[in-house]
Amino acid sequence: MSLPLVVFLPFLGAIAAPLFAQGGRTAIAIASSVPALIALAALFPHWETLAGGGTVLASYEWLPALGLSFSFRLDGLALLFALLILLIGLLIILYARYYLKPAENVGKFYALLLCFKGSMLGIVLSGNLLLMLIFWELTSLTSFLLISFWNHKQDARRGARMALAVTGGGGLALLAGILLIGNIVGSYELDDVLAAGDLIKSHALYPVALTLVLLGAFTKSAQFPFHFWLPHAMQAPTPVSAYLHSATMVKAGVFLMARLYPALAGTEQWFYMVSFTGMATLLIGAYVAMFKHDLKGLLAHSTVSHLGLITLLFGMGTKLAAVAAVFHVINHATFKASLFMAAGIIDHETGTRDMRQINGLWRYMPHTATLAMVAASSMAGVPLLNGFLSKEMFFAESLQLNLPGGLAWLPPLVATLAGIFAVAYSARFVHDVFFNGKPVNLPIYPPHEPPRYMKIPVEILVFACIMVGMFPAFSIGPLLYAASYATLGGEVPDYHLTILHGINLPLMMSVAAFVGGLLMYSQRQKFFDFHARFREIDEKAVFESVVSWLVDLAHRFTGAIENGSLQRYAMLLVVSVIAVALVPLSTMGVFVGENGLSPVDWPTAIAAGVLILCAIATAIGHRERFIALVLLSVVGLVVALAFARFSAPDLAMTQLSVEVVTIVLLMLALYYMPSWTPHESTGGRRLRDLVLALVAGGGMTLVTLAMLTQPFSSISQFFLENSKPGGGGTNVVNVILVDFRGFDTLGEITVLAIAALGIYAMLKDTALTPPPGDGQGHPWTRDAHPLMLKQIARPMLPLALMVSVYIFLRGHNLPGGGFIAGLVTSVALIIQYIASGMTWTQDRIPVKYHNVIGLGLLFATVAGAGSFAFGYPFLTSTFDYISWPVVGKFEVASALIFDLGVYLTVIGATLLALVSIGRLSPHSAIKSPREKS
Amino acid sequence: MELIFALVIGTLTATGVYLLLRARTFPVVVGLTLLSYGVNLFLFSTGRLATGQQPVLGSAETYSDPLPQALVLTAIVIGFAMTAFVVVLSLRNLADNEDDHVDGRQPQPTEPSKREREAGSK
Repeated sequence: MSLPLVVFLPFLGAIAAPLFAQGGRTAIAIASSVPALIALAALFPHWETLAGGGTVLASYEWLPALGLSFSFRLDGLALLFALLILLIGLLIILYARYYLKPAENVGKFYALLLCFKGSMLGIVLSGNLLLMLIFWELTSLTSFLLISFWNHKQDARRGARMALAVTGGGGLALLAGILLIGNIVGSYELDDVLAAGDLIKSHALYPVALTLVLLGAFTKSAQFPFHFWLPHAMQAPTPVSAYLHSATMVKAGVFLMARLYPALAGTEQWFYMVSFTGMATLLIGAYVAMFKHDLKGLLAHSTVSHLGLITLLFGMGTKLAAVAAVFHVINHATFKASLFMAAGIIDHETGTRDMRQINGLWRYMPHTATLAMVAASSMAGVPLLNGFLSKEMFFAESLQLNLPGGLAWLPPLVATLAGIFAVAYSARFVHDVFFNGKPVNLPIYPPHEPPRYMKIPVEILVFACIMVGMFPAFSIGPLLYAASYATLGGEVPDYHLTILHGINLPLMMSVAAFVGGLLMYSQRQKFFDFHARFREIDEKAVFESVVSWLVDLAHRFTGAIENGSLQRYAMLLVVSVIAVALVPLSTMGVFVGENGLSPVDWPTAIAAGVLILCAIATAIGHRERFIALVLLSVVGLVVALAFARFSAPDLAMTQLSVEVVTIVLLMLALYYMPSWTPHESTGGRRLRDLVLALVAGGGMTLVTLAMLTQPFSSISQFFLENSKPGGGGTNVVNVILVDFRGFDTLGEITVLAIAALGIYAMLKDTALTPPPGDGQGHPWTRDAHPLMLKQIARPMLPLALMVSVYIFLRGHNLPGGGFIAGLVTSVALIIQYIASGMTWTQDRIPVKYHNVIGLGLLFATVAGAGSFAFGYPFLTSTFDYISWPVVGKFEVASALIFDLGVYLTVIGATLLALVSIGRLSPHSAIKSPREKS
Repeated sequence: MELIFALVIGTLTATGVYLLLRARTFPVVVGLTLLSYGVNLFLFSTGRLATGQQPVLGSAETYSDPLPQALVLTAIVIGFAMTAFVVVLSLRNLADNEDDHVDGRQPQPTEPSKREREAGSK
């Protein structure tokens, strides 16, 4: 339980902390410290297990089908990082209390900081790679929000965007890499992956998986050529830079390499990719740091360089190098975080970070200066400080690296060169800021020491630097052992945490680095002149231009595809469907399957001929809209006949009644529309459409033919067998609709209702004046409601209603049912509207069709939910038989209530749609009063 | 018989697609209706063509496949709802734009595209 607690408490804290913002900065800082304190207390009892190389596991199921679990795993490496995150986090909270101004949004700052802390703890404590990836992405997001904390600054927004783009892109690569690893191993659980190192490394996909994982690690840890985002992330408030961009988040990439070290490391590919990337980053970062005038810029590039150093150590592949890498993670975090804090104090007290302005601060803030000087010495690798120890280990390892092709001299040379640069920029940090004359044009003058408590975090970190530097075995030995043990997966090599190993080559390299670095700094003007001869690449400008080029490309693509023309979209849609369908179709060859063709049945063939002719005539004569409509209705009627012919009486009845309603609907619409379609399309356009139509039609013919002549098997035997015993009806189609697939039907009548309500809403406040006559200029007939039609329609109504009730009731056993009965009722009512006018009919049917729809849906839902009362799932139906006088034995199924809902919804939706259109006409409203009188 | 049935579906598709690509709303609605006839017939025919085997228990020796029929039955009704919706959409288009072109306006070849207009206003 304690592990998930450690991870999730900061998130809870992020919710709670802003509530304390009212109480001032001290209150919120104290509140924000609580999760870390509890977490430390929760981790403490596990120390005994971890010190001996054990692990602590806590696993909860989440999505087992995807291999994703809430699995947490604590070992020495995770503990080391967790301690860094928690302890430095506490110091940052204290520091930020004084760094932030009271007017700033302190609540937001601490909430984001806690979110970040939780995410970072999630990365290091995850026992499942997918879970780790979620936290990995969360750190990218929270880092984005923290860099852009001062979001009124354009530079901050751009820096944040750049960081998100680079680390987010790396996160995608990492996702792909992890999926590959999971695929190879068959599990995402860290224990399984770590145990399957040989399997992974011998797999054909190993190079791909490794490259992807390393892309994720390199982007996160700002390795060359992805390092450029880190200096631009320095737009963040300094506590963020100290915490995320030096001590913790940028170490996530390094952590990943350490975490997966047993699973991925030890191959030639690992060696070359990781060590050369590390070498390049080490050198470039250290070189550029020399020339930065911005205090934080110098530290950022130095961070890049040190991350390169750690990467290089991991890349070397020896066990001692891995131990050195873990050790340097600790050391770098302590001295760099304290340096950032010192830089923040200087910025805070002088109002600038430009080293050309900041000089001679020793006189104004000797206390801060002392602390910064000790930390900078550690960065340079001065003996008796922690930076020296890991640097010596690094030098020693660089000598062991036997690069083939006579390149063995390269790593030690790179290491010494980077050492020289490091000494030079550390010297610059100390000398330029605290000595070197007097301050120049400081915005805040004279500077003085910061508040007492603002220095405490720096003091603690500097104290740690000294303690580790002087008594390494005592202070850090056990933790380093546990972390190294976990990194290497057991078998820690012999190493000695002593200050001096005697006069040896690494020591000579250190001496060379010192002499060279100090020389370089004393001759810095020459180097500055040399450096100034090269034009500096502004990564931000390059990045922005790449981004705007991409955005532009997307715009152009969208503009080319989406120009606002529906006609064009329809064309593209048809073309894409044809393109997709043609591929399998073209490989088929034979289109008549095993079953062959059945003999032609002439009456049916003649009907089919009528249908084909009418369909073609509709297309050819579509300009005469009324004629096209009449021809269309013939097509619909033949379709109904086809259903009847091929054993689908329910479909035939449905098609027939829908046909009537559709044609009435289109007639109504045509009343308002031009009755004639103008010639518009060019001949070329018509030819193109004709070709598309013929290809589509031909394709459908072949597909249908191929399908119809294939043997097939169906799941319908189940429905046929269970229709009577399970659903209590013999009309299997109806039983499927109201029983087996009742939930589908409920969804479908809901769609129907929504469509009808949409129609009502669209036409509610719309007025359309119909043209005064038809296309040929004939005026409309004055006799809107002919007497004959009226006289026939009225007695028809009760008859039609009776038929619909009959169809409804028998539906469960014989063709019929709610859909068909509803349509028949609708047709009967619509005929009254046509025959007698809107107002006359509305007066006699005082029903709001919205309510009918609502009632219908209610019936259907209640009928479904009713089964809950008897402990059955939704829409379970029951049935019984009762004897009615005259009718005889009659079966009553609960599905009948459901079908009643269908019936009502169909009526309501159909009539609401048609009446809405009919109401548009001012004609009917004027006519009706006369009709009444 | 299968060939004739396939030809029917092919014709409905071809005429439907041709009308779908027209410039005015009414032919497009008619085209959609034809296309939906074709699609319904196609879906229905996945249960194969059988005569005199309606899936009403006790009415025949063997029964045709009831499942596609149930699917098509609701498809017909939903198809009607969608047709009605599209018709009303085109009526609303007519009311708002006083034009029944599917693009909401007559094509004007000289009119600059949206992007060009944006670029011009910058």
